[in-house]
Amino acid sequence: MRVVRLASEIDFAGWRLAARALRSLQAAPDDVIWTVDGEGDLFGDEATPPQAGPPAFTVPKGFLDLAQEVALHRSGERFTLLYRLLWRLGRQPELLGLASDPDVARARDMAKAVSRASHKMKAFVRFRLVEDAAEETYVAWFEPAHRVTEATAPFFQRRFTNMCWSILTPDVCAHWDREKLTFSSGADPADAPGEDALEEYWRTYYASIFNPARLKTAAMQREMPKRYWRNLPEARLIPELVATAEARAEEMVRQQPSEPTRRVVRQAQRLSRDGSFEEGAPATLEEVTAGADFCRRCELWRDATQAVAGDGPGRARLMLVGEQPGDQEDLAGKPFVGPAGRVLDEALEAAGAPRAQIYVTNAVKHFRHELHGKRRIHKTPTAGHVSACRWWLDAERRIVQPRVIVALGATAALGVFGKAMAVGQSRGQALQLPDQAQGVVTYHPSFLLRMPDAQAKSEVYAAFVEDLKFAWKLAS
Amino acid sequence: MAVLSLKRKLSILSDAAKYDASCASSGSSRRDSVGGSGVGSTEGMGICHAYAPDGRCISLLKILLTNFCVYDCAYCVNRVSSNTPRARFAVEEVVDLTLGFYKRNYIEGLFLSSGIIRSADYTMEEMVRVARTLREVHDFRGYIHLKLIPEASAGLVNDAALYADRLSINIELPRDESIASLAPEKDARQIRKAMGAVRLGIEEASEPARVAAPPKYAPAGQSTQMIVGADGALDGEILSRSAALYGAYGLRRVYYSAYSPIPDTTSRLPPARPPLAREHRLYQADWLMRFYGFEAGEIAASGENLDLEVDPKHAWALRHREAFPVDLNLADREQMLRVPGLGVAAVDRLIALRRQKRLRLEDVRRLSRGLKTSKAYIVVDDWRPTRLSDQADLRPPPQQLSLF
Repeated sequence: MRVVRLASEIDFAGWRLAARALRSLQAAPDDVIWTVDGEGDLFGDEATPPQAGPPAFTVPKGFLDLAQEVALHRSGERFTLLYRLLWRLGRQPELLGLASDPDVARARDMAKAVSRASHKMKAFVRFRLVEDAAEETYVAWFEPAHRVTEATAPFFQRRFTNMCWSILTPDVCAHWDREKLTFSSGADPADAPGEDALEEYWRTYYASIFNPARLKTAAMQREMPKRYWRNLPEARLIPELVATAEARAEEMVRQQPSEPTRRVVRQAQRLSRDGSFEEGAPATLEEVTAGADFCRRCELWRDATQAVAGDGPGRARLMLVGEQPGDQEDLAGKPFVGPAGRVLDEALEAAGAPRAQIYVTNAVKHFRHELHGKRRIHKTPTAGHVSACRWWLDAERRIVQPRVIVALGATAALGVFGKAMAVGQSRGQALQLPDQAQGVVTYHPSFLLRMPDAQAKSEVYAAFVEDLKFAWKLAS
Repeated sequence: MAVLSLKRKLSILSDAAKYDASCASSGSSRRDSVGGSGVGSTEGMGICHAYAPDGRCISLLKILLTNFCVYDCAYCVNRVSSNTPRARFAVEEVVDLTLGFYKRNYIEGLFLSSGIIRSADYTMEEMVRVARTLREVHDFRGYIHLKLIPEASAGLVNDAALYADRLSINIELPRDESIASLAPEKDARQIRKAMGAVRLGIEEASEPARVAAPPKYAPAGQSTQMIVGADGALDGEILSRSAALYGAYGLRRVYYSAYSPIPDTTSRLPPARPPLAREHRLYQADWLMRFYGFEAGEIAASGENLDLEVDPKHAWALRHREAFPVDLNLADREQMLRVPGLGVAAVDRLIALRRQKRLRLEDVRRLSRGLKTSKAYIVVDDWRPTRLSDQADLRPPPQQLSLF
């Protein structure tokens, strides 16, 4: 039988050194007793001094992290369990992956309990201001479930770097003086301040934020176990809040709906006289923008952010009509600001047509799309959507009075000409429109974005620029 | 008007804020107060500093700047026509309370909302002033969540995004029509536009830097809240609305809040409140959409409500018995995630374990908590459910209703 005496309850370095030596000596786990200095020693055998030296073996990644956490557990068997795991790892290097092995499961449970204790320490430490201290100083009394004070103190150091504080616990005390983190031996609750004036406010908040109509005490206790309550200033309210909750909720239900005051009623009557919405054919572009946003001629408004009306000068020689706003346009409320818009801008520049002098709009004003997971994917609008939306496109045509209208793609052509057209065959020529304007059909810029073949793409792009140049000339 | 004590104001203005469900303080950029002059840190994971007897976590100081409001939203306790007691904080009072609570480790930060006073812009400006004072005067590095007012101007929204970790705009109700009838001053389109603008801002700020890093913009993203049960929308409709919101605005979360009886109620609302279980089922369904690969339509069709007795994943399995049993030694992750009783963590642990050995029932028992449920749907080396398709009793047994 070998006995190892460790320097303290959390002497992980000491355990590591001794365990390394013991495994090299082939000492089986059942033949080793782990004690902490000061603890009684059952057998009185010769103690094994930890031996320094290079490690003779390796352990899998992850074991050290696990062991470091387990060492902070209050269980008396923690060092024995860790050594048994280390011993078994020699024969079974994959042991840690066997999450259902009893030793591994126990160690993982202990590590989890330790990390939970550390998390709860971050949550439930309550500082109290020290009265009459020269500098603003805070002190807390806390009883951690496991020996996590040293490991958790750096968190408070990072959070309260510019504040002097101490956390007193029965095991050990941590102190931060804005420069150095130090530890001293365990303390007594009486060493911490007994009150803090702000706690009354904190209790007021705690009582007010609680909704008596939804009492769920089990959920509360699962996350805030009773063992922590005696050091939480707000916890003393819990019994009363729970006891009166039902009566308060019933009182709310029983209450008759109240009548608003006369002042409020008069104000509401005044408001309801203004702001009624009448629908007539829009006479200005502002009316188009505002009206399309309210439009319910088809169902596309429901899942769209907003209607995207046209953008450009109120009178323009050239009007470009696209298909519909895309994801980016829908968010921004402006046509052609996304990827297709960048292609269009580039092509317009190549064609020598200044976008600032051109009115740009879409055949359909709301974004039609489908959800694929969390992404909105463009979906071509139907002929029904196009004809429902023609009300707005016609209004824009009437107001802007362009000499030439370019339809970008088949959907736009349907909107502009009122009939289906094959883009490849009708492109690049002037077509007469009923309202004195001439129509030109060409590709939609996002058609270019979708073409995989670079050769074909550059040909189509050239044709696209050619068409724009043609239209601009026609309009000038 | 009588001068209210700070304690009384705190009581009124936190009472009024409790109908906001969100209290998340996670997912922001990592930072601490080292090298600064104030206090505060955010380290990725949020911390719940206390729990109220309603089971909700208290992570943030959740208050209204004021509960005076010119709007008249029927479901809201602070509507102009309500006779609830009113109060208003000064900007400095909110700042001092936040710092005082934070230094005592009561909270992770501030969640500030407000009733609308004078105008949307005036109110938003006051809220931004709180956040700016905390950040610039006191170098506060804790978490700040600001509720945006949809009608506020773009410049103010930008300022808010500069100081806040998270922004949120409440969508309020699942149907645009109900917003129009129950919240006459609000406009569903305006709410969506504001959300769209926030998403564009977030995306712009997260684009790879060309010259200098762009200014940070709400690093913890945006969220929203929907009131359930105040209008006639069924769960299927609510879920598809949520799916659309996640898709359109990249929201981190949609919070559901069961319309709960409020003090001083109005006759414009349904008299009965929805069961709390409904809210719980909606959260479960939302979770399925975000982490389990379910589409909204699979969980509940638009004319349907969720089953209150079984969780939505179990309900799906009961409707799709042809997809089971799933052999845990062979199935891919997507199939395993659809097994009732197996969560994401359990599935990932099982997948890691089966690289080393064949799975047995004992392994599933140790690695998951829901074996009682999952047993009927899985195959492992030493277990195979018999006659699953004939078993009528997979649903939990009906419970005798108690007399009220």
